[in-house]
Amino acid sequence: MRPFDYERPARASEAVAAVAADPGARFLAGGTNLVDHLKLGVSAPTALVDVRDALDDTVQALGDGGVRIGAGVPNSDLAAHPEIRRRYPVLSAALLAGASGQLRNMATTGGNLLQRTRCVYFQDVTTPCNKREPGSGCSALEGHGRDNAVLGASEFCVATHPSDMAVALCALEARVRVLGPDGERTVPLDHFHRLPGAAPERDTVLSHGDLVTAVELPPPPEAARTAYRKVRERASYAFALVSVAAVVRVRGGRFVDAHIAFGGLAHAPWRARRAEEALRGRPVTEEAFRVAADTELAGARPGRDNAFKVPLAVNTLASVLRELTEEVR
Amino acid sequence: MTAPRTPAVGAPTARLEGPAKVTGTAPYAYEHPATDPLYLHPVLSTVARGRATVVHTAEAELLKGVHAVLTSANAPRLADTEDAEFAVLQSDEVAFRGQFVAAVVAETPETAREAAALVRVEYEERPHEVELDPGHQDLHTPRESDTGSPPDTRQGDVEAELARAVVLVDEVYRTPRQDNNPMEPHTTVALWETLPDRLTLYDSTQGVHTVRETMAAVFGLDPENVRVTAPHVGGGFGAKGAAKAHNVLAGLAARAVPGRTVKFALTRRHMFSLVGYRSPTVQRIRLGADAAGRLGAVVHDSTGLTSRVKEYVEQSGLCSRMMYAAPARATTHRLAALDVPIPFWMRAPGEAPGMFALETAMDELAEACGVDPVELRVRNEPGADPETGRPWSGRRLVECLREGAERFGWYERDPSPGPHRDGQWLVGTGVASAVHPRANNPGSVAEVEYGSDGRYTVSIGAVDIGTGARTALTQISAEALDCPVGRVRLRIGDSDLPGATVAGGSSGTSSWGTAVFEAVRAFRDEHGADPGPGARTRAEASHNPDLERYAMYSFGAHFAEVRVHADTGEVRVPRMLGVFSVGRVINPRTARSQLVGGMVMGLSAALHEHSVVDPRHGHVVNGDLAGYHVATNADVGGVEAHWLDETDPHLNPMGAAGVGEIGIVGMPAAIGNAARHATGLRVRELPLTPDRFLH
Repeated sequence: MRPFDYERPARASEAVAAVAADPGARFLAGGTNLVDHLKLGVSAPTALVDVRDALDDTVQALGDGGVRIGAGVPNSDLAAHPEIRRRYPVLSAALLAGASGQLRNMATTGGNLLQRTRCVYFQDVTTPCNKREPGSGCSALEGHGRDNAVLGASEFCVATHPSDMAVALCALEARVRVLGPDGERTVPLDHFHRLPGAAPERDTVLSHGDLVTAVELPPPPEAARTAYRKVRERASYAFALVSVAAVVRVRGGRFVDAHIAFGGLAHAPWRARRAEEALRGRPVTEEAFRVAADTELAGARPGRDNAFKVPLAVNTLASVLRELTEEVR
Repeated sequence: MTAPRTPAVGAPTARLEGPAKVTGTAPYAYEHPATDPLYLHPVLSTVARGRATVVHTAEAELLKGVHAVLTSANAPRLADTEDAEFAVLQSDEVAFRGQFVAAVVAETPETAREAAALVRVEYEERPHEVELDPGHQDLHTPRESDTGSPPDTRQGDVEAELARAVVLVDEVYRTPRQDNNPMEPHTTVALWETLPDRLTLYDSTQGVHTVRETMAAVFGLDPENVRVTAPHVGGGFGAKGAAKAHNVLAGLAARAVPGRTVKFALTRRHMFSLVGYRSPTVQRIRLGADAAGRLGAVVHDSTGLTSRVKEYVEQSGLCSRMMYAAPARATTHRLAALDVPIPFWMRAPGEAPGMFALETAMDELAEACGVDPVELRVRNEPGADPETGRPWSGRRLVECLREGAERFGWYERDPSPGPHRDGQWLVGTGVASAVHPRANNPGSVAEVEYGSDGRYTVSIGAVDIGTGARTALTQISAEALDCPVGRVRLRIGDSDLPGATVAGGSSGTSSWGTAVFEAVRAFRDEHGADPGPGARTRAEASHNPDLERYAMYSFGAHFAEVRVHADTGEVRVPRMLGVFSVGRVINPRTARSQLVGGMVMGLSAALHEHSVVDPRHGHVVNGDLAGYHVATNADVGGVEAHWLDETDPHLNPMGAAGVGEIGIVGMPAAIGNAARHATGLRVRELPLTPDRFLH
């Protein structure tokens, strides 16, 4: 057995102080990913600081018309929240596309953002993995590569981020509130997760002791049409091969603007800014969908097993845009 | 052999142990109560081939609560290791990745697991080969003595018939490695007692007697001094159909701590190298036919893999020997022996991959001839078994096809090849036949005793692996005894009971029911219709000469509707319908559950199941239920299982055949054929993942 300390402070500041003081300490919220890692040997913390009493578990209206989602809000509660369903249906849909009912009951908003890749080599301690053990090598690069990233990967890591929720938050231009040893700060969601580069062991820009306390959403764009589309082999309980979150506005048969994020393609939720730019002001046509999607995927670098993700991503984005604009074409 | 009709058989009867199972009080092997049990956790090889030259155990031994660390250096020698699968810790040789190289016995499961992680193994690694690649590997022909059927067969002038054919289908079909994954992982609770040496196993197995025989031989014990019980088992699908290496390891561990019960539950990941799996197959099918689709030649060449340490053959070509009429046919089986874990039975071994290939090829032939796929099969219906010339005990494939077509609304389809579009979805329908041998295995014994409470106790060492066998056997007993089911007390799942054959090959109900009928007949002969308390008789199923006179098979017809997303290639199956000919149905409620379960497993094989082996390391990389996808509830749309009202007068006194396996056979082909009809794309390799339909 591997003994570890456990504490459950009442305040976020106490939790931050406790983790910051011990390099081996980890925050524990719903435990849906970390407990797996304890069992698999992927993680062996010296202390678990349970933040379930310390974190806000409510959804509050913000003065600017947006909302503040406490990091302790369970995924199932967030998906079912009337304001989220009414004003941010893309977020509700993304949450419900993830995991299973039981897991969503346990998993929290903060924990969902911080869940780690399900790369089979990362989770198998008998194989080399730079993310788990920096410098040991990447087994996925030449190994089973079906789930590997096609955008923004590096020679050190080709893992994908598994979250659905984070993809929707990315398209909604969410901001992450972080409490660290030096105080509070705000990180835009599309700068929160890192690309692997030469340091794949770091999933996010957080430092040890930083605690996600809330996610803030700006007010949804007026008259936006939104969708979350998750493509997977099995009809439920599977990670995305490709997913798309889209928030688009259309006027007079043309795109006003579009916020688009992909899941399943990269080490982070992938904000499709090139596609967004390609759509801005363009007429709503099949050609525009394809051009936008192709433009975004032009930089894709697939491997042996995941080349299908490129046409799949293009087709899925085109399909989502087609459905969102059906009645205006 | 006409069975008397009482209400017991044929009545939809709820599982007798259902309330105990849903309230969590039915004891599975691991829950067997024990005083101060110890726990076993294994160390598995991390190389695919070589020698475990040094096993460092000192660190593990120092851990508080560790009682023993077993390695090949200190494990007791076994009495019989002719079967290499059971030569556990007998040498330092590593024949596949995931083989036992050490094990820890400790006071808690957590301690055992942690200590196992502290065992450090040094390997002398040798080059290995783990991927089936028939074009570049030495292939050998399996021995008939291992399988009971010839590896190759040949009838008629195959070359002449192929040359004469107006329409020829010549294609290669591939099925991936699949792993059984029953809900309950393999579990053994072992107790070794001395003076005399006795071994008791509470085991998750499909056959208590088969495990007892193996354990007795391997440990050099008198079978009388080995007891195996399995009161409840959470599924097996064949993976629990024989003793496995973990039984031996548990026995070795128990022997190291005599008098203490040792509990051993494999983890899900352990199961991917230790309990068998379905070999990948590469199958070439050649069908030669006239313009109307009448077959002149059927050729089925199947290649699979086996482990270098023990041979197992996935007999995918057997179905082509008897399925359709043709003047000429040939079948072959070839194997590549690789550095892989030992493959074994997985639900409908042979038929499941074989009928994917044959029934996909038949669909291709129907299309090439412009004949409706149902009609094509009807046109090739043989009057007698093409392999043996024997009459059928009952072949009603055509009725299954006709009734299925009617119920499904088959002829509403646009017969032209796809694509057929409905909005964003491409929609199609497909059909395939199903087949499974009807078995009645010899050797089972049953005992009947009349009690002072007016109830009969029927005892037989059968196992209910979740199929409903306990309930069906109780119904059969009531019918044989001509009494209500409430007056039957059935005892199963214990090797101290009269010997029973394994719950495998869809043979259990048939074989055990036969023994029960014979025991009741002997009981009545001895004690009459009005026995006194304590009256008791035991009898073995006598030989049924009809087994050699008739070709005995169950048949079925699967129909599926498939939707493939035009943009993403996602495959969904909103509708599956099967009609089966399985003899008399003992319990419609549990039989339907078996047939539907088989169809769902077929859906799972069609769309999802694939154990991905990393050729560099030799292990299954997706060896858990997050990575190895099986169908979820959301994948299953409408599913209907129907059966013909019939009885097999030759198979057994009940007239009933097994229902455990036929549901999976042919289902993947029906789905693949429907996907072809939907999209116009023919996919000859399972599983049918979205990428195969992207274009």
